Parts: sequence; C-alpha cells; structure tokens
Amino acid sequence: MMRRAAILLPPLLWLLLLVAAPVAILAGIALSEAAPGVPPFIPPISPEGGWQGTFANLLTLVQDDTYAAAFLRSLVVAFVTAVLCLVLAYPMALGIAAAREGWRVPLLALVLLPVWTGFLPRLGAWIGLLRDGGWVNGVLLALGFTEGPVPLLYTDAALYLGMVHAYLPFAVLPLAATLLRRDLSVEEAAADLGASPWVVFRTVTLPLSLPGAAAAFLLVFIPAAGEFVIPELLGPPEALLVGRALWAEFFQNRDWPLAAALAVALLALLILPIRLFQRMEEDGGSRRGASPPSRGSGRSPEGPKP
Amino acid sequence: MRRLGLAFGLLFLWLPILLLVGYAFSADRIPFQWGGFSLRWFAALAANARLLEAAWLSLRIAAGAATLAVLLGGMAGWVLARFGPFRGRAVFGALAGAPLVLPEVVTGLSLLLLFVVLQGAAEAALGWAPERGALTVLLAHATLGLAYVAVVVQARLAGMDPALEEAAADLGAGPFTAFRTVTLPLIAPALAAGWLLAFTLSLDDVVVASFVSGPAGTTLPMLVFSRLRVGLTPEINALAAVILALAGVAVGGAAWALLRRADRDRADRDRADRDRRDPARSSRRG
Repeated sequence: MMRRAAILLPPLLWLLLLVAAPVAILAGIALSEAAPGVPPFIPPISPEGGWQGTFANLLTLVQDDTYAAAFLRSLVVAFVTAVLCLVLAYPMALGIAAAREGWRVPLLALVLLPVWTGFLPRLGAWIGLLRDGGWVNGVLLALGFTEGPVPLLYTDAALYLGMVHAYLPFAVLPLAATLLRRDLSVEEAAADLGASPWVVFRTVTLPLSLPGAAAAFLLVFIPAAGEFVIPELLGPPEALLVGRALWAEFFQNRDWPLAAALAVALLALLILPIRLFQRMEEDGGSRRGASPPSRGSGRSPEGPKP
Repeated sequence: MRRLGLAFGLLFLWLPILLLVGYAFSADRIPFQWGGFSLRWFAALAANARLLEAAWLSLRIAAGAATLAVLLGGMAGWVLARFGPFRGRAVFGALAGAPLVLPEVVTGLSLLLLFVVLQGAAEAALGWAPERGALTVLLAHATLGLAYVAVVVQARLAGMDPALEEAAADLGAGPFTAFRTVTLPLIAPALAAGWLLAFTLSLDDVVVASFVSGPAGTTLPMLVFSRLRVGLTPEINALAAVILALAGVAVGGAAWALLRRADRDRADRDRADRDRRDPARSSRRG
C-alpha cells in the first residue's frame, strides 16, 4: 500500500498543480475584469472584496463579430487541413502497408523523421521557397508559366502548405497502424469471390481503415484549431484565427481576461473532438493490450506455453 | 499507384528540408539563391553569441525537462498500466493525457497564469518571488513531456508479460530486485524513447515557452521565431541545417539501437521456440 502511494503521489500532485490548477485558474481569470497593474486584472473572488467577477469577456466573444469570425475561420482551417492530410496520408499508409516487411519500419521512419527535425526550420524552408524571389517562383518563371513573381508567401495557399507539411506525419501514423493490423485474408476472400480490386478496396479495405482515418483526422484537427505559429509566419496577415487573436490580446493588448476567455471558448469547442479521440484511444489501447499484435499470433498454433 | 502516392508524399515532406540543407552551403546573401559553395554562414553562426547563448539555455532546459518527464511520466505510465481499477483512475488518466490534446496556446496561457498566481502568493508570504524564465519553461516542458512518456511507458507495460515479474518473485527476488533486474531492462527502450521525445519536444517549442518565460529566458526557438517573423536569413538557414544534422544523428542512432535490439529479441525468441520444440537439445545445453 505504501509502495503504491509512493508511485502514485508524485505524478498525481504534479498533474494537480500543473494541469488541473492552471485550467481552473484560466476559467477564473476569464471571469475577471481587466485592470491596469501587475498582473493586469482584478481577481474574480478575493477575501476582501468577495465576488467581483464578470461575464463581460465571454459575452464579448459572442457579441463581437471579429471573434465569432476568428472561431469560424479556425474551425474551417483545421477542417480543411485535416481533410487534405487524410487525402495525402491515405495512399502513403497504403503504400507502407503494402511494402515488404523489411521496408515498413524504414518507410515509417522516413515519414516521422521530419517531425524530429524541428518545426521552425521547416517553416523557414517554406518561407525561402515561397517568397517572391524564391525557389518556387524561380521554377515557375523558368518554365514560362508566369512573367513576374506570383505572390505565394502570406497567402492562404502558403498557410495550408505549411499546415499540411507540419501535420501530415501525424495523419499517416494511425492510418498505417490500422492498415498493418488488418486481416488480409478478408480481402483475398473478396477477390476469390470475384470482386475487382476497386470493389475490394471500397467494400473491405476502406471500411476496415475507418477507425484509423477517424483517429488521423482528430489528431490533426485538434491541434490545428488552435495553431498560432504557422498562420503567423506563412498566412495572410489579416487572417484572424483564434490562436492569433489569443496571442494578440495577451501580448499586444495585455488584456489577460479576454485572452483567458478565448482559451476557455476554444476548449469548449474542442472538448467534444478531444473526448471522442480519447475514447477511441482507450478502445484501441485495451484491444491492443488484450491481444498483443503479431507476437502471439505467430506462435499460438504450437500449443499452450509449458 | 500506391507506390506513387507514397513517393509523392515523401517528396512533399522531404523536398523543402533537403533544399534548405543544400542552400545552407550557398555563399549568397539571399537564402535559396546559389552563389557557390561556402561555409560562411556556419562561421557566422558560430560567431553569434546571442544565438549560442539561447541554444545552450535551450539544451539545458530540454535535458532537465526530459529527465523530470521520464521520472514522473514513468510513474504515471506504471499507475495507468499496473494499478488496475481504483477510485479516481479516470481523473488521473485524463490529467495525464490532457497536455497531449490541449491546444498549445491554452497550455501556455494557463501555465503562465498559474505561475503568476504562485508568484503573487510567494510575494505575499515571503516578500520575494523568483522571476519567470528558464525555471518556469522547464516546469512547463516537463509537464508536456510527462504526458508523452506516460503513453509510451503504459503501452510498453501493457504489451509486457506480467508473468516475467511473477517468475522473478517466485525465484525469490524482492519487489525492488524484480523491478531492477526484470522490469527496468524491459521498459528501458520506452524510457529512452520517452526521454528523446520529451527532449526534442522541448527544443522545438516556441508557443508555451513564449508564454511562461520571462525577460531572462529567451530560448532558441523563441529567438528563431522572432527572426523568422522578419524573414528567412542565411544564418537561420545554416542553423536549421545544423539542427537537422543533430536530429538525424540522434534519431538514426536511436532507430539503429532499437532495430538491433529487435533483432536480438527475435533471435532469443527463435531460440526459445527451438528449445521448446526440441527440449532434449536445450537440456543438453543447460
């Protein structure tokens, strides 16, 4: 019992202090009033003043069209990014699953390695490629597609290129995992019964891969909805997204309560997809735990363990 | 068709990175413009004191945060995989998983507000509070890393046969000896992978660090981000090439070690299978 407590308490206390408490404080500050000073707000509840909170910040988000537009735009950007990632990731995952066994791990590593090479260097590469005198414009000019430089950087196209480039590996991973785990004999049976390759794909492979596709979608959608750095570096300057609005309220306007309200609203919007993703992870995790893949299956026909 | 899709995807992922590395060796003042081979931007990098200082700070923060994350995340993963059902398990799991799914701006802002409140409390109680900076970034990054390590360790423990530890206990090992000689070596790859993950996560983070840091704690990503906002310079180009090379060596090394280990495991399993089929031979050898 003592030993269990010794293992449980350190992470539990850490998580209570650095995960639970901050979110509670965030909610509290979202209900407080901005005021000049350090820190720049009046605490919503204090021993001296009692309740001094206000719902004005949350109301502002609903009433001010700028913020409603920012939320809508963020959701659209996250949705489009996730769909584009899925479209690109699906053939990649199929290719990895169809590769010879010795090739699968190196191919997966090639997909994941860009993540480890750092996020900012890759954005730097896109800035260099897309700017007016950049590489892409040079190629377009040399091929005679354009007479002068096409504005590419700081457009929606650049924003989506950067987003898909950053998030694509996270979409490939769950898809490839699902496709690798599938039972190939079902597809063989369908082919034996006369189904064409396209029909096999549409009626067997695609439905079997749906859980992986859903996980891939959410894994991209959730972080993309609050993304700040990519729109800031590649996107159009006037495009207000939630992440940028929050950043601007906090760093430029020093309106901490409004920034906190934006964070709370973003959380409220994302709580459904987040819970959905966690549920899927739990299901997948317990199934994986109950029957470890590949290990047991190859050996079980030899009979029970001694 | 499948190969074509895979090749296209890989090209899309890698082309910008390879061009970036290639053009880091260009002498031209304008990035992505070829002006002959040169190492001048690497030399300029090595002479940039502010950048080196930020890099050194980032490396120390990342190492500290990753180490804390492995200790705490290892315990959290153990709790989730081995404690069975207990009251509050769902809450514990949700808290441990939260940093994985919270948007960066939310994590950053909420942690900053916590640090401000703690500073205010320390000020009121002691009349003095530590400034925000390297320490607050380290605490924030350790929290992010904890979540990743917990997932990796939990998965590794779930795929592990508890009979191995029971066998050690049956053979007279105390709980600590069983853990040290059986469990720890088996989860070591997960701990190493978790450390590396937490380390690179910390080295890569700009959003959370920007929120929780103070005037004295400018990390390398914060510096690179502020430069990139103005535009790409050849110096940043060279820096990216260095980061890429280091990441390549680290990940390549880790992958090589894992593959070798997997080979060894497979050889062990094959030998165990053979022995089971042919007990006479194994008893001869034993």
